[in-house]
Amino acid sequence: MYSVEFDRPATLEAALAGLKAEDAQALSGGQTLIPTLKQRLAQPSKLVSLTAIPSLQGICVADDGMLCIGATTTHATVAAEAGAHYPALARLAAQIGDPAVRNRGTIGGSLANNDPSACYPAAVLASGALIRTNARDIAADDYFEGMFATALQEGEIITEIRFPIPEAAAYMKFAQPASRFALVGVFVAKTAGGVRVAVTGASEEGVFRWGAAEEALSADFSAGAIAGLSLPADDMIDDLHGTPDYRAHLVKVMTGRAVSAAQ
Amino acid sequence: MTKVTMTVNGKAVCGEVEGRTLLVQFLRERLGLTGTHVGCDTSQCGACVVHVDGRAVKSCTMLALEAEGAEVTTIEGMADADGGLSSLQQAFQDHHGLQCGFCTPGMVMSAAALLAENPRPSEAEIRGYLSGNICRCTGYHNIVKAIMAASGQDVSAIAAE
Ligand SMILES: Cc1cc2nc3c(=O)[nH]c(=O)nc-3n(C[C@H](O)[C@H](O)[C@H](O)COP(=O)(O)OP(=O)(O)OC[C@H]3O[C@@H](n4cnc5c(N)ncnc54)[C@H](O)[C@@H]3O)c2cc1C
Ligand code: FES
Ligand code: FES
Repeated sequence: MYSVEFDRPATLEAALAGLKAEDAQALSGGQTLIPTLKQRLAQPSKLVSLTAIPSLQGICVADDGMLCIGATTTHATVAAEAGAHYPALARLAAQIGDPAVRNRGTIGGSLANNDPSACYPAAVLASGALIRTNARDIAADDYFEGMFATALQEGEIITEIRFPIPEAAAYMKFAQPASRFALVGVFVAKTAGGVRVAVTGASEEGVFRWGAAEEALSADFSAGAIAGLSLPADDMIDDLHGTPDYRAHLVKVMTGRAVSAAQ
Repeated sequence: MTKVTMTVNGKAVCGEVEGRTLLVQFLRERLGLTGTHVGCDTSQCGACVVHVDGRAVKSCTMLALEAEGAEVTTIEGMADADGGLSSLQQAFQDHHGLQCGFCTPGMVMSAAALLAENPRPSEAEIRGYLSGNICRCTGYHNIVKAIMAASGQDVSAIAAE
């Protein structure tokens, strides 16, 4: 790892000021950033840790019924505490990596990173959640901009994620057994306004909504409703773990399983 | 260099570290607590697992300065007060839960964190909890058996592997 300055402020204001330094970068759970620094794939001049800022931590239900999760809330805390309000989200968190990763890794870090195989982006996009930053609220549909790319500006900090709670939902992950990331993961959420289906792990473009399945499932919320659909393999990831055709097939299988699990 | 202060195995410690100093480097190289191992250094293997404020974490994937003010427990802190093996450690020995022993500090720390959360875990729960701890020797069966035995469960019906 290259030499780097380190700062761990106690307030959001101080963190924002710290991130104004040239090439400064936010550090949350470090479960992605520290391995990246070790490989010298990033060379920030300064790390601004967000983990000592109390206002970024914790889970609550707001007056409007939204489930609000602070950006530095760990996967373990979401797994333990979100279940009473949004069981599918708690189950997703409980399947990320392994216990030690879940004890450090955070929801804000996962969403800022937007790994094409990460789990939370599927939940956020399928739920139609809001990403709240120090500056604005960003709708999930406007937030994800492709592999490792998001709508966040330089120095912008995610402070909270606000989830509307669906009538029924489930996440089905086909784990890549070595990394434990999603080879393909599908999050299905049914709300009064219709069904949303978000797919992670599959596409070169990162997390995406499968429109044809949403339409079919909004008319008939059963695994059989998507039986006649197929997904083009053109933009699917091709690596040693799976071909594009294999991934396209898995998306349909995992969508069906998620719908059955959400019943 | 920045000063860091924490409690390690019940003792207050402090030291000057760089921003990039990992918790595992502080423990091994500054404090001489070499029981915590570095297997992969890529966050995969779990040989470096320690407890920070009671929770299992990979000490190769946490900066020392992030542990400011924390209570850290390493494998050296797991022995009984008289210096003998704790019942969990003894169970690893009794059930042949180790061969070369390289993964063992991380296995014991993960197992201890599991038992603190869930005092009588099922075999599936143990295997799930150890998903971030890799052992190249034992094939895991005897590790699982040791943890079941340490939690007071009958393991006589589980075949010796
Ligand atoms: C062995 C292993 C297995 C894993 N398995 C999975 C898995 O199955 N599924 C999965 O989804 N993930 C998995 N992960 C990734 C894990 O979930 C990470 O915790 C997560 O991707 C990053 O979160 P973090 O808090 O650790 O962020 P960090 O590593 O601290 O930061 C990641 C990036 O986000 C930025 N950032 C962090 N917080 C904020 C914020 N609040 N505002 C703006 N920018 C911010 C940082 O600057 C950095 O660029 C795994 C990781 C490991 C090591
Ligand atoms: S050395 Fe830390 S996970 Fe392998
Ligand atoms: S006993 Fe050798 S790696 Fe586990």
